[in-house]
Amino acid sequence: MSIKETQNIRDFLIENVLLKNSRRKLAPDSQRKLEYIRHGYVDKPLIYVGMNTCGKIAGAEKTFDKIAKYLKANSLDIELIKGGCSGLCSVEPLVDIQLPNRNRISFGHITYDKVQPLLDDVLKEKLPDGFAIGQYKSKSNRRWKNIPYIEDLPFFANQQKNITKMCGVIDPVSVTEYIANGGYKSFINTINQKTPSQVCSIIYQSQLQGRGGGEFPTGKKWSIALSTPSEQTYLVCNAVESDPGSYMNRHIIESMPHKLIEAVLIAAYATKATKAFIFIRKEFDLSIKRLKQALKEAYDFGLIGHNIFDSGVNINIVIKEGARAFVCGEETALNNSIEGKRAMPYTKPPYPAQRGLWNKPTVVNNVETLINVPLIMKNGADWYKKTGTKSSKGTKLFTLSGKTNNYGTFEVSMGTTFRDILNNISNGLKSNQDFKAIILGINSGNYITKEVLDKKVDFEELKTIGSTLGSGAFVVVDQNTCMVALASYFSRFFKNESCGKCIPCREGTEQLFEMFQLATTKFENQDTYKPNEIYKGIEQIIELSKVMKDTSLCELGKSAPNAFLYTIHHFKSEFESHIYERNCPANVCNID
Amino acid sequence: MESDLKHIFEQHPNKQREDTIPILHHVQDEFGYLSEEHIVAVSKHLNISVNKVYGVATFYDNFKFHPKGKFHIKLCNGTGCHVTGAWILLNELEKQLNIKAGETDKEGLFSLEEVPCLGACGLAPLIEINGEFHSNVSLQDISSILDKLKGKH
Repeated sequence: MSIKETQNIRDFLIENVLLKNSRRKLAPDSQRKLEYIRHGYVDKPLIYVGMNTCGKIAGAEKTFDKIAKYLKANSLDIELIKGGCSGLCSVEPLVDIQLPNRNRISFGHITYDKVQPLLDDVLKEKLPDGFAIGQYKSKSNRRWKNIPYIEDLPFFANQQKNITKMCGVIDPVSVTEYIANGGYKSFINTINQKTPSQVCSIIYQSQLQGRGGGEFPTGKKWSIALSTPSEQTYLVCNAVESDPGSYMNRHIIESMPHKLIEAVLIAAYATKATKAFIFIRKEFDLSIKRLKQALKEAYDFGLIGHNIFDSGVNINIVIKEGARAFVCGEETALNNSIEGKRAMPYTKPPYPAQRGLWNKPTVVNNVETLINVPLIMKNGADWYKKTGTKSSKGTKLFTLSGKTNNYGTFEVSMGTTFRDILNNISNGLKSNQDFKAIILGINSGNYITKEVLDKKVDFEELKTIGSTLGSGAFVVVDQNTCMVALASYFSRFFKNESCGKCIPCREGTEQLFEMFQLATTKFENQDTYKPNEIYKGIEQIIELSKVMKDTSLCELGKSAPNAFLYTIHHFKSEFESHIYERNCPANVCNID
Repeated sequence: MESDLKHIFEQHPNKQREDTIPILHHVQDEFGYLSEEHIVAVSKHLNISVNKVYGVATFYDNFKFHPKGKFHIKLCNGTGCHVTGAWILLNELEKQLNIKAGETDKEGLFSLEEVPCLGACGLAPLIEINGEFHSNVSLQDISSILDKLKGKH
């Protein structure tokens, strides 16, 4: 695209989308141009290859190269885009093709060897057998016969895609495509029509709660920061995501970095923060790359920086790369890390919203929490409250993994039962094995066992069984999983990740780990093995766990004994056979 | 050593404590690990005591203090991979390579690292060696994977 054309599109989008009065109707040719930018309408074929981390691991890079070669060899004028992921990672590498006047259609498991047969057929408007998984609905294009709509596939039909709607559909880094799909409109409207305190009160009314595990009302946090007098306020987006079983934040950032940028901008405006940090894990190299590219595009568009769209608002966004420490999930530890110190938490109050980074008011919000914000500003608090239950509003994202048939990232409305998710979204268990439990993140608390499968995804309801929604991991395990080995894995994780500041956590996690080592490793000399002593030790560790829960400084120490306590509670017999019979019922631990 | 790092320091002219982690990342990206001399040079540049810089570097799992092996093996040990047997593979790798996770062998041929969820849970257990992925790895596969790499050497 030439510079002149780029400038044209920019001016067009500013006039017809960003600054357009919502009551004014678009002229038909403008509408058509908009459709063209958003790829709803194409005049030449368009191919998207899902190039998120999940796609890359499954071989999408080879697929992409093969397609590029194919297009070159046949001198075809076709646009090839590196796309995101729709959430169904189990069908990667995913290739979407949109022919002029035809619905966009998705093909799954397209490894490089399938490129030739696929393109040979599809470009002639024929479909090879068994490749297509679904097509996208559209008003103006013709549908493909006998191919289901993507939204009707069981994995998607049972979801409520509020915040992840654009994941995998749009070109992740293109600012024009994002704006043509309605992006940044919420932000521009907000700074032009609302005061910061109005934004805070709208978010408060929407009852949006923190999704990172703290469940604190987001609007309240913002109001505290806004009302704390200070010449500088900071906003921090927590994208550390260190739960070893979840990757939905990474999924969001890779698939639609502009959405996160827009959310950060609105949050920064609402709290009068002129500097915002996106604190992200160094290993998320693709997320960082896309975020940097998206930030640059947004800067060039004038959406970030000094005097944004002549509103007098100044916001700068800086990406901070973290260096891997689970405790960074705790906001005070995270602030220390940004300041260049060891990520150790400190006592609250004062809360970071009053005194955080460099002793200035600092709002720390999780990626998933923030992603909800543009939507609330667009549709209003009342609209947002319509989704969900009495106590929990909106939707929740999860990362599905473990012994399931489908895996990936999904979004359900609050109030969906775990049974529904298991039967429909995860499509049952691999090889029809018997279900044992769902683990909602490493520090969420109780396991979701058979007896509580009808419980709902809801903050309050989960509290009644001693659990929280956790970080968003959704790991399904079957009868062939040893729960003692799993809890042992958790204990090892916590032992390694305890920051060492407070004694209950530092020493307690060590004791828990040692106990699990005794239970799950083979004794070379059986004579020295004293099961009764070990069992006595377990009784003492139950007491120790209570101390850890009561006296640890932060959530890491408080939640570290959960896996142990609930394993003892639900799977006591497994524990006993490990210790007394030296036998692992799931045949996983080699201890006899 | 300071002259080796000069071009890195030039990109971080602020000399604030908050630059510690970005500079350490930068050094490690270029040299593969942080040596004692690197730490001392960073502390001089930032005008912060060596023990503060070293304290920060050792706190975070990202920073390594010895060079990686020729073949850097990353084993995904996310919860999803764990339940499909990643930890059994970890034990086997540690046994066969005679090193612990986070270490490099004496010959500098292999190094082993445990990483959290890589994001391809359906292909679990998953191993990444120098950017190449091995999926659905079984206990029996380990020997053949390692033999192949030794052959390449």
